[in-house]
Amino acid sequence: MGLISNGTTLLDAGALDSGVTTGSLVLLSTLNISNAATASFASGITSTYKEYIIKFYNVHPADDDADLTVNFRDGSSAYDAPKTSTFFWAYHDEGDTTTQFGYASSNDLANGTGIQPISSNPGSDNDQGCSGTLHLFDPANTTFVKHFIATTNSTEPANYSINSYAAGYCNVTAAIDGVQFKFESGNIDLGTFKMYGVK
Amino acid sequence: MGLISNGTTVFDAGAMASGFGGSMTFIKKLTASDSADLTFVNGASSVVLDSTYKEYIFFFDNIHVSTDDAEFTVGFRDGGSDYDATKTTSNFRAFNFEDNSNAGLGYQTSHDLAQSTGFQKLGQLQGNGNDVSGAGYMQLFNPASTSHVKHFIANYTHHYTNAAPGNIHNLTGGYCNVTAAIDAVQFKLTSGNFDQGVIRMYGIS
Repeated sequence: MGLISNGTTLLDAGALDSGVTTGSLVLLSTLNISNAATASFASGITSTYKEYIIKFYNVHPADDDADLTVNFRDGSSAYDAPKTSTFFWAYHDEGDTTTQFGYASSNDLANGTGIQPISSNPGSDNDQGCSGTLHLFDPANTTFVKHFIATTNSTEPANYSINSYAAGYCNVTAAIDGVQFKFESGNIDLGTFKMYGVK
Repeated sequence: MGLISNGTTVFDAGAMASGFGGSMTFIKKLTASDSADLTFVNGASSVVLDSTYKEYIFFFDNIHVSTDDAEFTVGFRDGGSDYDATKTTSNFRAFNFEDNSNAGLGYQTSHDLAQSTGFQKLGQLQGNGNDVSGAGYMQLFNPASTSHVKHFIANYTHHYTNAAPGNIHNLTGGYCNVTAAIDAVQFKLTSGNFDQGVIRMYGIS
């Protein structure tokens, strides 16, 4: 059944008509992770949207001191797109003994195919973890590299607040068609990942 | 009554089904006019600040302070009536003066908190000239969780103090170190009132 108002089709065949004005941030997929090695968006990243935003909430590691990381799939089955990236952070502990702001060379990549840290060392206490946002720009483009920006805040095992900023590009002209999150070591104990397309 | 098209539920129980429409929902706009604070309270004045959304975003438009050198701040309510949730945070900023005499980037120990119940500064000394203001946004993640701390990240840029015209860009991250739900958020200044300004609140579903 369709729905027509004043001669204008609003919906038909189970879908809103393309002319109907809706919001521009469209939820595509939700992953509720429980004790899994990875959280992967293996489908749904296409040329439909110019930008994809993945938000992650209360991602809780099974083990202390493991960075939450991301990697990208560029055509094969492996999440190993070469990346060049930067990483900086600000942190401060609950005891007010230490502050830091600066570049973290241990968390950048220079055309590396390995995992890209996006959040530093979230702790495994029951109330700890990390939350943040990853933007992936124009992943289906086959002319340009694929830029990404991630911003997170995490609670570190020794009770630090760590505000992290990672940015870079997949140095490939092949389309990026998958994104995978995992901890540097150990499983994702709990966490919600939601992927959106931006019209 | 619901509306089903080709086997797909489009509307039901007064709401559009998941997957239709946008995922960023406007909740509330507060417009300052010589206001001491701008406060969003769950259940009051059409504000939703509960488990309905996993994330809330507050956008700051043309925050204009009545008093030179006022600083823009935020506090969170964790069950009582006060905006005093315990917070640990970090803050850094970049700045550049209009006369190009000074610029820099660095951590601001004067603007972080360590297990403090006080308000978190999102900006620094802000000028009150007629044409100057501040703008930015703050993300609050999963405030209804009763298991985890509540992370927030803010990005606020504004005109610096009248005595040193320039831009100052502040980045703040932290968490409310409580497992109680956060059910209200209050923005205020370290001195004086909000002369003008708009804060818009959205939920991300």
